[in-house]
Amino acid sequence: MGAAGIIFSDGKFGQIDELVRKRTEASIPFGGRYRLVDFALSNMVNADITQVAIIAKRNYQSLMDHIGSGKDWDLSRRNGGVVIFPPFGNYKSGNVYGNQLEALQGIIGFITKCPEENIILTECDSVNTIDYTDVLNQHEDTNADITLIYKELEPQEIHEEYLVVDTDEHGRVKKASMIKEINGVQKAVINAWVIKRKLLQTLLSEAASKGATSIEQEFIINNISSLRIFGYNYTGVFLANNSMEQYYANNMALLNEEVRKQVLEVCPIYTKVRDSAPTKYGKNAVVKNSFIADGCIIEGTVENSILFRGVKIGKDTVVRNCILMQDTMVLENVKLNAVVTDKNVTIRSHQELSGCAKLPYYVAKNMMI
Amino acid sequence: MQKNKKCIAMLLAGGQGSRLLALTTKVAKPAVSFGGKYRIIDFPLSNCTNSKIDTVGVLTQYQPLILNDYIGNGAPWDLDRNYGGVHILPPYQAKDKSAWYLGTANAIYQNIDFIKNYHSDHVIILSGDHIYKMDYADMLEYHIERNADCTIATLEVTYEEASRFGIMNTDPDMNILEFEEKPKVPKNNQASMGIYIFKTDKLIKYLEEDNEVVDSAHDFGKNIIPNMLDNKEHMVAYPFKGYWKDVGTIESLWIANMDLLGDNPNFDLYNPYWKIHSRISGGTPQYLGENAKIENSIISGGCQVLGKVVNSVIGSNVIIEEGAIVENSVVFNNTVIKKNAHVAYVILDEDVVVGENAKVGEVDATTKEITVIGRGYEVEANKVIGKALNIEREVK
Repeated sequence: MGAAGIIFSDGKFGQIDELVRKRTEASIPFGGRYRLVDFALSNMVNADITQVAIIAKRNYQSLMDHIGSGKDWDLSRRNGGVVIFPPFGNYKSGNVYGNQLEALQGIIGFITKCPEENIILTECDSVNTIDYTDVLNQHEDTNADITLIYKELEPQEIHEEYLVVDTDEHGRVKKASMIKEINGVQKAVINAWVIKRKLLQTLLSEAASKGATSIEQEFIINNISSLRIFGYNYTGVFLANNSMEQYYANNMALLNEEVRKQVLEVCPIYTKVRDSAPTKYGKNAVVKNSFIADGCIIEGTVENSILFRGVKIGKDTVVRNCILMQDTMVLENVKLNAVVTDKNVTIRSHQELSGCAKLPYYVAKNMMI
Repeated sequence: MQKNKKCIAMLLAGGQGSRLLALTTKVAKPAVSFGGKYRIIDFPLSNCTNSKIDTVGVLTQYQPLILNDYIGNGAPWDLDRNYGGVHILPPYQAKDKSAWYLGTANAIYQNIDFIKNYHSDHVIILSGDHIYKMDYADMLEYHIERNADCTIATLEVTYEEASRFGIMNTDPDMNILEFEEKPKVPKNNQASMGIYIFKTDKLIKYLEEDNEVVDSAHDFGKNIIPNMLDNKEHMVAYPFKGYWKDVGTIESLWIANMDLLGDNPNFDLYNPYWKIHSRISGGTPQYLGENAKIENSIISGGCQVLGKVVNSVIGSNVIIEEGAIVENSVVFNNTVIKKNAHVAYVILDEDVVVGENAKVGEVDATTKEITVIGRGYEVEANKVIGKALNIEREVK
């Protein structure tokens, strides 16, 4: 048994435009000190998977910086560990890969060399705590070629580009399609699969010879009867981040103790360690219902907010319902409501900014207002 | 073939620190928590890293298990190096002798082969029980410029305090003329900080000579430094300005923690150019509840605060439940303060549980006498524990 992991740092769809202007989806900050890739990586580490490839495409500098040697995930290993594969131009066209099939063909060397029997393919679009040990056990018990991890979702929760499946009483996938029915709960594949490594190699070379472009069509829909494809019913926490509205709501959900426990305490979530001092509260600080990372200095009022590492809140400033990313500096006498500041934002004194939960006011990286 | 090191550090971390009472029952003084997520040894170790000293021998003896675990491979301080890095040096058995470290000088003497291994020109001797930020590189430069055989870092103290320290009498050029260990009537107020840089060959020479003296205390302050002065070696004082605190007593440990608080704290942990590194990575962000009240305090990662915290320093993963009050206290990692409990002027060690409605320390008075609750102690619900007490679990 055993598995190696492959993480796509950019999803097939639904990226949050504002947040991916300067970074790949995998390095979108989340929950006060994490980045989306931390959840995918930690799930693998928690299942004793020690060989992981991350396929990068869009601006991956922040990802390289975040992952470093992989030490913080205990993935800096003599044998295996985590490797980032940046995209590369083909000798004929000069273009980098255009879809996930091409992306996987680009790292066929990694796939061929892996000693593990299975490959886990996943994206970073959602925050989840998939227990891959359990998935792999089921994969083995059912002698599956491919196991698709799905979650039963209400129609309004299903993104239009999810693969939707039907399974029989043994869990075998009988039908898979990209077309959604309007009614009822459906089994949506949450962009996480397990596939036999040798099979992946074969399917990839076939796909290349045909010039196929859709991994779902080529691997799943075309092979429903010829391969043993099973579904794995994931019932844990699932926070999909396909829009700013969802992203905002998902962060705010961490203020709920139950959600916080499910996301952060089912299994440890690892992230890059930054040597921050503990957070310091001034004499006039007022802080309520907030989730605050290390290294902050708070002298004003903070309510219902998520503060990342190194945020500074000045005197007489009131911050409500906000997400303030790393090193945001809010000076004195500022009022913020439903604002999302990206990294290194400075808000000067006497400013007022306000958004709403449906449309939070977003301030881009390094901006000074 | 390896490049020779310019200077290596030897960090004395074997002391018991018995005046820290229950806090050092299970851990050596350098491993005692400080400033939330830190331990005392983080300060000299981070100073080494920030001063570009990449080889550190840590001499351990008393209760070393937690300290060993904490230092590990040295990665948090960037001291996991291919050549050099941090090394734990406990006492060991040799062919025809085996002995505990008998004094500070003897501890270094027993590890003379470690020093020789690195062929460094200089050795800096540090101790693991002080809170300060100091650029050893600057001191080393001074030591080399002055072509000193030994340079001793000194700090101006008040004349009242001076009789607790080793006092340096110098000429105007800072050449040391006389050294008095804990003088009754100090002639001067330049106190030794216990930080020495030696030329390696001189250090080895005097350590070997001292080892032959039967009735020697094998101590730097009492033996090595006076012997070198007697032999007219070139010894200079390096005057240090800045925050420095010997946290050897409960009171000084509490004060040093309080020095971190306020708008312009006496000791600032937030300087990005002189970071203090720690093995504690911060844990999850801290959650502050709907009815939490936080005032003038420092709180570390992973905490959950639903009650009130005033003028206090809180370590990692501490839980303070609804209605609980923590005032003027220092709380170490993983401690739980249950509903409506009240603690004031207390140091709570790691893994302590304060039960519901319990009252610990000086809840109403103002004499500021600190109560200490030792590691893993459980204060029962509704119990009242007064001021200036030292409470710990029975040691089996």
